[in-house]
Amino acid sequence: MATLWSETNPYLGAPKGDTDFARITDNVARVAEAAKPPMGWYIAFAIALTMLTGFGASLAWVSWTGIGAWGNMHPVAWGFPIVNFVFWVGIGHAGTLISAILFLLRQTWRTAINRFAEAMTIFAVICAGVFPGVHIGRPWMPYYMFPIPNQMNMWPQFRSPLEWDIFAVGTYFTISLLFWFMGMIPDFATLRDRATTTPRRLIYGIVAMGWRGSSRQWHRYERAYLLLAALATPLVLSVHSVVSFDFATSQAPGWHTTIFPPYFVAGAIFGGFAMVVTLAVPARQFFGLKRLIEIRHLELMNKVILATGMMVGYAYGMEFFIAWYSGNPYEVFVFVNRAFGPYAWAYWTMIACNVLIPQLHWFQKVRTNVWCTLAIGVVINVGMWFERFVIICTSMSRDFMPANWGYFVPSTIDYLTLGGSFGLFFTLFLLFCRFLPMVAIAEVKGAHRDAHANHGGHGGHDHSHAPETA
Amino acid sequence: MSEMHHKKPESQEDAPLFGLLAEYNTPSELILASQKVRDAGFTRWDTFTPFPVHGIDRAMGIKMTRLPWLVLGAALAGLSLAIWLQWWTNAVDYPWIISGKPFWSLPANVPIMFELTVLFAGITAMVGMLVMNGLPEPAHPLDLKRRFARATDDKFFLLVETRDPRFDEVLTRSLLEKSHPAALEDVPEDRTTSAQIPTGLIYGLIVLTAIAVVPFALFAKARTTKSRNTRIHAIADMDSQPKFKTQRENLIFADGRSMRDPVAGTVAQGQLRDDDALYLGKVNGAWARTFPSQVTPTAELMDRGEQRFGIYCAPCHGQSGEGDGMVHLRASKLGQGWVQPSNIHQQYIREQPVGQLFNTITHGIRSMPAYGPQISAEDRWAIVLYLRALEKSRAANLGELTAEQRQNLK
Repeated sequence: MATLWSETNPYLGAPKGDTDFARITDNVARVAEAAKPPMGWYIAFAIALTMLTGFGASLAWVSWTGIGAWGNMHPVAWGFPIVNFVFWVGIGHAGTLISAILFLLRQTWRTAINRFAEAMTIFAVICAGVFPGVHIGRPWMPYYMFPIPNQMNMWPQFRSPLEWDIFAVGTYFTISLLFWFMGMIPDFATLRDRATTTPRRLIYGIVAMGWRGSSRQWHRYERAYLLLAALATPLVLSVHSVVSFDFATSQAPGWHTTIFPPYFVAGAIFGGFAMVVTLAVPARQFFGLKRLIEIRHLELMNKVILATGMMVGYAYGMEFFIAWYSGNPYEVFVFVNRAFGPYAWAYWTMIACNVLIPQLHWFQKVRTNVWCTLAIGVVINVGMWFERFVIICTSMSRDFMPANWGYFVPSTIDYLTLGGSFGLFFTLFLLFCRFLPMVAIAEVKGAHRDAHANHGGHGGHDHSHAPETA
Repeated sequence: MSEMHHKKPESQEDAPLFGLLAEYNTPSELILASQKVRDAGFTRWDTFTPFPVHGIDRAMGIKMTRLPWLVLGAALAGLSLAIWLQWWTNAVDYPWIISGKPFWSLPANVPIMFELTVLFAGITAMVGMLVMNGLPEPAHPLDLKRRFARATDDKFFLLVETRDPRFDEVLTRSLLEKSHPAALEDVPEDRTTSAQIPTGLIYGLIVLTAIAVVPFALFAKARTTKSRNTRIHAIADMDSQPKFKTQRENLIFADGRSMRDPVAGTVAQGQLRDDDALYLGKVNGAWARTFPSQVTPTAELMDRGEQRFGIYCAPCHGQSGEGDGMVHLRASKLGQGWVQPSNIHQQYIREQPVGQLFNTITHGIRSMPAYGPQISAEDRWAIVLYLRALEKSRAANLGELTAEQRQNLK
């Protein structure tokens, strides 16, 4: 292991430069500039690529034979594909929360983690988008969902939550992509100006679009960034609300619940932050970014996880209360069945992973320990996947009529598709780590204490949270 | 700095001055220098920093951008489009009936209104920022300054252009020198970049653009012309299956037909139609004047006939048989060359033998289609029976009534 890490790793060691700004630049840029990444990157990439191949193969198989290849069967018609869709869309939310909401709240610590949290958002939404596209059964005809004038003079049904989903997820992906790309323009310019080879200069030059750091351009850039953050803030709250409408506007017991929108949003942020720490802990170790992504940042994220985790726990409890309080026997049955029926194993896995284990974050020793942070992050990811599984499968498997009951059994292809989606996610993420600026270079510099002029006739500045650099 | 500058041009030696570039080590020094340049009344000048420097806007006298207004306009445009799109498509052009709800009910349309508002505003914020900033900007005279590459790393630059009306090579230089820059350099005009764009690239782009238009031209042609060919399906739908359909060519057989005749001298079960009176309404080659022996006119058969008439005949001929059914009313309203269905109370129809009526139902007449394939022979006879009763209701003689019925009429 040691050779995978230190000796051959070009990312470790003190960054070059005679000013703090130069050292920040070098610390991030050298990751994208290394001629050859260490062997560990290749091993991880090979694993991710193999899983991605499994994803492609399973989706090709499903497209060829039909969705009967999955375990989806009456009465559980949604099964794994929609569980995975909701899981991946939820993951994305932490990225937008960090980049937009924490920006509006002037939490400068976000600059250390926002770039790759945003990248995580993009890749998670790509993974999410695949599932409804294939679940429609004829994945070559998704254009039916878009308002395209056609020879049948037929239009989509705009009052359907599934149609809202198209617009919500589509808008979310577009805005997240713009936000991510816009943030990278100044960093692309940095990489272009440091480039030593023509292909690098050409490619980074094209994506940097001629950014030269003009203050007149920075002025409009900052204003546009603020506007995008202000737009993305209600958007991130709306996306998982709309996803929850897919369930909440139906009549099925266990789905027809008004708590769903806030409960889904809290769960999405909870699961998303868990994914951010899951990625951040290895990334900062491996790519030598410990000076930029500090323990303090991990601890702050763990606090967010603790808070949102308890919101999720509250929602779990409130669902039971409302089921009893409503006096609706079907609602009562669904929830008792959830906790003590055939899916009890999934329910208690969810409770353990999402409610009980994150309570360890009350202890500072746990919050500031990278291994605990990583382990709890992974556990929460598992728990949040099970949350969606429990919502979809328990509610659909036993609804009003006992004659209509069933038990969902996933097929091998289901497992392959689920695992494969992680392959897609990690392939994209590893490519991002290899070629793009993993930390927002310009933003970190802007939050540094040296960035603040102490004279010039303007108001006070926020000196807190300026990241320390070696 | 950009991809363009690696060839050292000959003409660059004697290029005229573009501006003066001062370099500073800290943002504070840059802000102080900027205030001096601002106060000296310069307009064609700029500063270049690796990150947005706090307070530089005021130090340079940069006015607030109008981008937010642009974004607001786009947001309202997105909102309006969403309202119009949903109203036009779901309430006007293709009214969707969903659970008996009104065609246009605002709350259910709010999510898409919100999403399109955000989408339009977000795209405008990004594109508006780029356009107002003059990006993408492939080349700039500063790209030729090696020192300037650190503007995106850790140095802070101030450029005063010669285009500025207040620019004076000596005075401006001394003004900048007073701000104690780490370096002060001349920036010559860029004489080389435009000549370096390869013409092959331009022609290549023109050809690619032309090729890219072709599919859309084909779409436009397909939308405005008619074709007798079946649609092209990239992935076949259920309409195309690996089997022989009725009128399709089948090369296995000498006659090339996929529909085969039954084996000579055989009859399939239930297809022996050898009773002319029952199946053709004919007796000895003439229209039958009485019902066939298998059909007994009873009250039950009359009820059956009335019910079948209501299903198959009334939509066009009307419940009373006058030729004024719903299909007729609708078709007349549309006025698309419709011939009114016959009024069955006409004299010549009343005088037709039952066999002829049966034949008309079986095979159709003029624009009326054949109902033989849909209605069994027994039911067709039941309809004929009901037709006779319907006709009688309008044309009965007093002499046909019993004494008791005549008494009731009084």
